[in-house]
This record gives sequence, structure tokens and C-alpha cells, in this order.
Amino acid sequence: MVSAIAAKAEVIAAPRREVESVVVRFAGDSGDGIQLTGSQFTMSTALVGNDLATFPDFPAEIRAPVGTTFGVSAFQINFGARRIMTPGDAPDLLIALNPAALKVNLDAVKAGGTIVIDTGTCTARNLRKAGFAGNPLEDGTLAPFKVTGIDVSRHTEEALTRFGLSQKDMLRCKNMWALGLVYWMYGRSRQATVDWLNRKFAKRPEIAEANIAALNAGHAFGETAEMGGGLSGFTVRPAALDAGLYRTVSGSEALAWGLVAGAQLAGLKMVFSSYPITPASSILHTLAPLRDYGVTTFQAEDEIAAVCSAIGASYAGALGVTSSSGPGIALKTEAIGLAIGTELPLVVVDSQRAGPSTGMPTKTEQSDLHQAVFGRNADSPVAVIAARSPSDCFEVAIEAVRLATKYMTPVILLTDGFVANAAEPWRIPDVDTLPSMPVFFATELEGFRPTRRDPETQAREWVLPGTPGMEHRIGGLERDFDTGNISYDPANHQKMTDLRIGKIAGIARDIPAQAVEAGNPGGRLAVVGWGSTFGPISRAVDNLRGAGLDVSHIHLRYIWPLPANLGDLLAGFEHVLVPEMNAGQLITLLRSRYLIDAEGLNKVSGQPFKISEIEAAVRARLEA
Amino acid sequence: MNVTTPPKKLTDKDFASDQEIRWCPGCGDYGVLKALQRTLPELGVPREKLVFVSGIGCSSRFPYYMATYGFHTIHGRAPAIATGIKLANRDLDVWVISGDGDGLSIGGNHLLHALRRNVDLNILLFNNEIYGLTKGQASPTSRPGTRSPSTPGGSVDYPISAARFALGAGAHFVARSVDTLQPHLMEMFRRAHAHRGTSFVEIFQNCLVYNDGVFAHFTDREVADDAQIRVKHGEPLLFGAAQDRGLRLKPGSLELEVVKVGEGGVGVGDVLVHDETSPVLAMMLASLTPPAFPVALGVLYCNPGACYEDALAAQAGPKAADGPKANLNALLRRGATWTVQEGGRIADA
Repeated sequence: MVSAIAAKAEVIAAPRREVESVVVRFAGDSGDGIQLTGSQFTMSTALVGNDLATFPDFPAEIRAPVGTTFGVSAFQINFGARRIMTPGDAPDLLIALNPAALKVNLDAVKAGGTIVIDTGTCTARNLRKAGFAGNPLEDGTLAPFKVTGIDVSRHTEEALTRFGLSQKDMLRCKNMWALGLVYWMYGRSRQATVDWLNRKFAKRPEIAEANIAALNAGHAFGETAEMGGGLSGFTVRPAALDAGLYRTVSGSEALAWGLVAGAQLAGLKMVFSSYPITPASSILHTLAPLRDYGVTTFQAEDEIAAVCSAIGASYAGALGVTSSSGPGIALKTEAIGLAIGTELPLVVVDSQRAGPSTGMPTKTEQSDLHQAVFGRNADSPVAVIAARSPSDCFEVAIEAVRLATKYMTPVILLTDGFVANAAEPWRIPDVDTLPSMPVFFATELEGFRPTRRDPETQAREWVLPGTPGMEHRIGGLERDFDTGNISYDPANHQKMTDLRIGKIAGIARDIPAQAVEAGNPGGRLAVVGWGSTFGPISRAVDNLRGAGLDVSHIHLRYIWPLPANLGDLLAGFEHVLVPEMNAGQLITLLRSRYLIDAEGLNKVSGQPFKISEIEAAVRARLEA
Repeated sequence: MNVTTPPKKLTDKDFASDQEIRWCPGCGDYGVLKALQRTLPELGVPREKLVFVSGIGCSSRFPYYMATYGFHTIHGRAPAIATGIKLANRDLDVWVISGDGDGLSIGGNHLLHALRRNVDLNILLFNNEIYGLTKGQASPTSRPGTRSPSTPGGSVDYPISAARFALGAGAHFVARSVDTLQPHLMEMFRRAHAHRGTSFVEIFQNCLVYNDGVFAHFTDREVADDAQIRVKHGEPLLFGAAQDRGLRLKPGSLELEVVKVGEGGVGVGDVLVHDETSPVLAMMLASLTPPAFPVALGVLYCNPGACYEDALAAQAGPKAADGPKANLNALLRRGATWTVQEGGRIADA
């Protein structure tokens, strides 16, 4: 790509201050194009070689009334010359495109941080709508911050007069003006965004040109205006990433592509059945165009039909996958039991979101762990694994396919709204070098029974309907261990229950021993996490270890079964601290399984952990 | 085409599994099972290509008794599971066995969407107007006033008509028969199988334990001629032992009326001719109820359209079918990428 070169060649007029890492938050109305702005800034940032992590934070309402606080959409990015583990605790820079965006995000900004507010939107009416009693630019509300008021609206309109657009259309380019300004601040090339605008508006070149003009005008404003208030040019050097070819990837993309890779490595077609639900839908959107990759996507009539059609597809010899979020997974529960009983492979992706019932659909949480591990009638074990970051979703998806097909079982793959939507740089793997994991369908006619098993894994043989001589019946009624016929025999039910539990427990022999991410394999305190808390825990533990504290980080990919060595590992620590974005679910599992006095750190605000919150919890235990 | 040796001629016994049938003696389900086992050898489909999928209920035990592939699933979901089977393998010949509770109550949504998508399935709905397996509660097809353990004062809700539901859902093939009518059932199964897309067959089936005789008013031998009309495409809608009564549009209205041929100047030419491609006529026929009208049996509606999986495959193009899969590496490298060299320098990708 030319853009990376162009970035380096860009003329930098004023001396720039070098910083190691920066947190920027864009915020505005849902209709202001904040998420697009954020993803463009992400791409440009990635292209200059910074490491980064993003946090899109948007409301469930598509277009809430303009100017209201509940309609505020935000996008936070942390980028730097070092490894970036989280989207950042507190923004160094807040770009607020209206008073509501300022109101909602003010508390998050770092003390002494910089705020840019579009004064063109600070009318008395908008200020009142946002809930400000007076004018925050004048009444001292913003005293702790470096504030720059810029009439972004007017500047955008002035830059676009020659295009003959309506005022409404002109103001829709406001986000590009702001992006241009921020590009100037961090010495970014505009080329990648220019290319993107030209592609996106290929059929409406006047709109592309207007957006590019706004982008350029914002950039020029930065170069020429004497702004003060913390608005100056910065340099952030490239991070020391491992050599290789990179792209940015969101959790949903990585997960979708991982499923495709897994199916290909298994030699299977994939049938992906889903019903639209936030924040899981983007997986369906990513997979829908991939027909040439052996993927059939199916938008079912409801969550139940989605899982059932996936089960039907698995029965017929494809890899059946379904995806949803907590409430949708609840609806799929009975069908997952059918896949357990009939021993068919199935991958169930749960992009967790906040709260019971509808809860907060666009906010993140980790509160489906118990649903995944226990949430079915009867003794009905499945394998449960979790992804820790957007790029990790790729590997975890392949692992889900491996376990589902090797053990003929449903596998529940837990992500969450944060992992699904967040993006980070990803060293692109060469899928041709990944180990293949071919699936074998039953072929041996001699002595065929529908319950014939692999002696090692206890997995039932997968029989392809259409195979002559192997016609048989399966179903949700309890089956005889030997013949597969319906059986109500008491001893047989005990045996089948034990078999199902033992088969899943046996997966512990087929997964890596639990490693320690950072620190020693024993000592004063272990922070044990799972899923998307990886970033903040990882950074917090690094910081604390840098400060001389004896703390280790253990992060679980395998939730059920747990790694075979985990009990012994945890027993080697005086304290075990389990941060979770729920009221205490993994900790219940660990305490009951290992009888250890683990302590929880629980946050259910719909927001990811801050590094400082984890540091404080560790210090409270080690420095008391 | 490959040259294949003609397979051994199969009989109904080749389609019977070794499982002991557990329906109540005298259940109407036996007749349906027998009719299907007798029809299948004629269809020429190899046993291994046949898949019977069912939900929950007495009728849903059906797959266990078939010497084919079979999947006894969960309550109401058979159409969704069958759809998944067809998404994975279009070559399988998939039959869905359901009942009035399974298909029209708990699984109503899946039946609706299978029908509107026109997935190539043969759906047989055994309608006995009662919940049999759960011991006799009123079902969504039970007539008003049905007394049952759950409706001791008589049911007060309006029943749904399976055939009208299917037509309303956009079904392309709707037929009706009765458990005791072997040749007629077999003809309906042949027609259903020949139709590509969802074929919906409602079978009036007697539950002799919980709802015995509920269809007797039109199925008993003594009344059948007068209380049934066997519809056939292109033939006049005549019924009665002497085939002397017929249906026609009541002049000046959009209603059917019964006329007697030879009375009041009515000739056979005045009787409506059945057109199975007419959705309006199909809905009228499905709506006829005794005693004023005969119950319409036969293929009420058959109007083929593209089936879902064929349309999907056509859209995907030949590449997606079974050829080598596109390489994921190219996809992952599409869009903005950059190269980090040893030492962290960024290079043009």
C-alpha cells in the first residue's frame, strides 16, 4: 500500500512532541458517523505501525433524537509505540461533536486531558438537551481540562460551499473535518481515507469529493491555526511488533474467518445459521458473501430454527454453526441438548452482552459463562472455550471446530460485545501451514452400529446420510449404549450419562496445560481471567510486576473442561483474584472445583475493566 | 450420466425397520406408515437417500419404523432441522413427519417458514385434532367445545385449518387425505414426492384412544360418498355415490354452493372444474366443512415455483458447489495491509 510510505513522507511543519502512547475518543450523535471515523483513524494508525486497540461504544438506538445523551456514539482508540493491551483507561483527547457527546464522555477524560468541542452545536437548546445547566465552556465545568472550542460545523460548511450541497449534507461531512484535524495532530496520511471515500462513494463522486474536502480542510486547519489548549502535533513511533504481514481485524471478522479456516482444515462444508441479534450479527454479515469458501449462510426465522438447521446440517455431514448472544442462546438451549444426546458436532458462538432479558444489547459483559457450562436441562455437558481478544478469535474458532468434530459434541465459544466489535493489528497467518484436522465419516460396514465409538475419544462415528448400508435412526430419546435403539433401561441411562460426562471431561487430555501469561507459576497472587479481560489484566500485571509486586497472570481459554493442571497451578498461590465482568461466575466454578479461597473482582457496568481497577484490587491484597 | 445397474426391486418390507411399533393397536398411524412403505418402492429412491425427520408426538415416532435414515428431533422443530439437512445436501430425499400439535402449535413458526421458503421437503401432517402422547389435551385443530383434561368445560378457542394455514403461508403444494384411504394416500404421496419444493399433505388421522371418531362424519363408509369430494385437476368437482352433485360459484358471489346435476337446469357443464393451480379455488376447497359441504380431499393446490436450495445454489454459482474451495489466504490479505520488517520498520505491503 502506498499510504504507509506517504505517511512517512508527510511534511511536518511545526516541531512535534514525541509520545509513547495516546488514547483518543471520538464522540457525537449516532448519525454523525463516529464509528466510521474511528475505523478510518484505526486503519491509518495501523498503517504507520503503531500497535493499537479500539473500543466502539454505541447505543442500541439506530438514530436516537439528535442532541440527546442516549443517542451518543463513541469510539475510543489507544495506540502507541509499545504493545497496546487495552483501548485505554482514560482518553488523552476527546473530540466531542456536540454537547451531549461532551456530557456523556466528560467523566472518562483523563485529568489534564484535551477536549475539542464543536462550538457550532453549543446552542442554548442543545446544551439544555444534553443536561448542562449553563454553558460548560464558560462556567468552569471544563476547568480540569485543556479545552479548545472550534466551530467545526461552520468550518465544514465553509469548506464545502462550492459543492452546492444542502446544509444537512454539508454537516454530514463534519466527522471528516474532525478526522482531518486529528490526522494532522498525529501526523497521519490522509491517503488511505481518501481512497476509501472514493471507493465508498464511487457512484456519487460529489459526495466523495465533499468528504475529502472536509478532511483536507480539517487537516489544513491544524497546520495553520494557532490553537493552544493542548492541540499540537505529536509523533508516535511504530511499535516493536513481530515481523510479518499485518492487517487490522475485529473480533467478529477473525471469528468468521477462523470458522472458515476450521471447516476447510476439517475438509467440511460449513452451514452457518443465525438470527439477527446484537452484537453477533456481524459474524453472519462477514460470512454471507463467502460462498466460494464452502460456506452456506442461512438467516433463520428465529434462534431455535437457527440452531436446529445447524444441527440438521451437521447430521447431513456439514459443519453446523450457529451464533447469537445471551438471550438467543437461551432459546437454543433445548436444541443444544438434542445435539448432545445425538452426539453431533455443533459450534455455538455466544457474543455475550449485558444484563438479563434484553439488557443492554450494545454493552459488553461476561455473564453467560454459567449459561454455557450449566444452562441446560439434565446432565448435559458441552465443551466451552473463550476468546481473549479480537485476533484470538481466529485461533479459538479453529479450536472450536476441532473439538466439535473430533468429539462429536456441541462446543460453545464465548466472546463478548467488546471482543466482537473491537479491532487490533493482526499478523496474518498463512492458513496453508495450519495443521489439517480431517474428519472421517464412518465407512466400515462390517459390524456397523449408530453408536460405534472411537475408543480413545469416545466420540460416536459420524455417519453420512446417503451411505448405503448404514441406514439408522437417531433421536432425542435415550439410546441404548450398544444398539442405539430407544432405551428406558435404568442401568443404560446411568451408563449413557456417565459416557456423556466422561467424553467431555476427556477433552482435558487433548488441550494444552494451563500456562502462566506473566509472572511465576506460584507466589503471592495470581490474577485469573478469561475472555476479554485479557488486555487490562495483562497490562495491570505487567505494570505491577514492573513495580516489584509478586503477581502472576493466568488466562483461561478452556472453561469446560478446565485444563488438567489448573488446580495444582492455582494451589501454588497465596491469593487468587478473579476479575470478571459478571457477578462471579468463573470464580464459582474454580471454588467448587478446586476448593480454593479465590476472591472475585466483579464489574457489571457494561464497560470493560480499566487497568487501574485491576491494579488497585491487586495492591489492596498485597499491600494491606 | 453414469451407467448403473438397475437396483433390486424393493418392496414395502424393505422399508420397514426392525423396531417394534409402539402405537396403540388400531391407531390411524399404522395406515399411513403402510401406505408410505408401499409407495416408496415405486419412487425408485435408494433407501440410503431417504431421510425421515420428525418432531415430538405419536406421529413423530414414525422415523423409527422406517429402514431409512431417520432423525427424531425435538418438539416442533423438524422443519428447521430438515431445512438444515437440505442446506448441507440437496440430494437427500427428506420427509418431515409432524402432527397438529407439533406442526401447528409449538412448531407453527417453522412450518410457516419452511412453506414460504419452498424448501424441497415432503411434509406429512397427521391431524387427529388432539394431543395424544401427552394424554388427550385439546390441540390447535380441536373443534370448539372439545372436552379434554385441559379444557373440562369445552375448548373456547377457534381451531386452525392446517390446509388453509399452509396456503396462507404460501405453500406451492397442498394435499389432503385420510388415514384409512390406502390408494388415495399413496397417490398423494406420489404427487407430493413428484413436486419439487415443499409438499404439504394433511392427513386426517383417527386417535382411537383420545378422539375416536372425530372425523367419522365424513370418513365413515356410509357417509363418505356424500361428505367427501375427491378433487382432481381438470375434472369437474363432483361428489356423491352417483357423482351427481357438484360445486359451483353461487351466482353473484364469491362462495361455492352445492348443486345437483340434472335438477333446476344444472348440467355437468355448470359445475366448476378443478384447477389445482388456482390459489383462490384451493382456499375455497380447503374451507369447505360438513354438513353443508363435503370435505375436499386430493391435491387442492399445486403450483410449482423455484425451491429454496436450488435458488441458493443458482445464486452461488458452480464454484461454490463442490469444486475446490477458494483459498482463505487471499481473503485475509485483501484490503489495507502492511509489513513489519525485522526491527519494527514498516514497509510497503
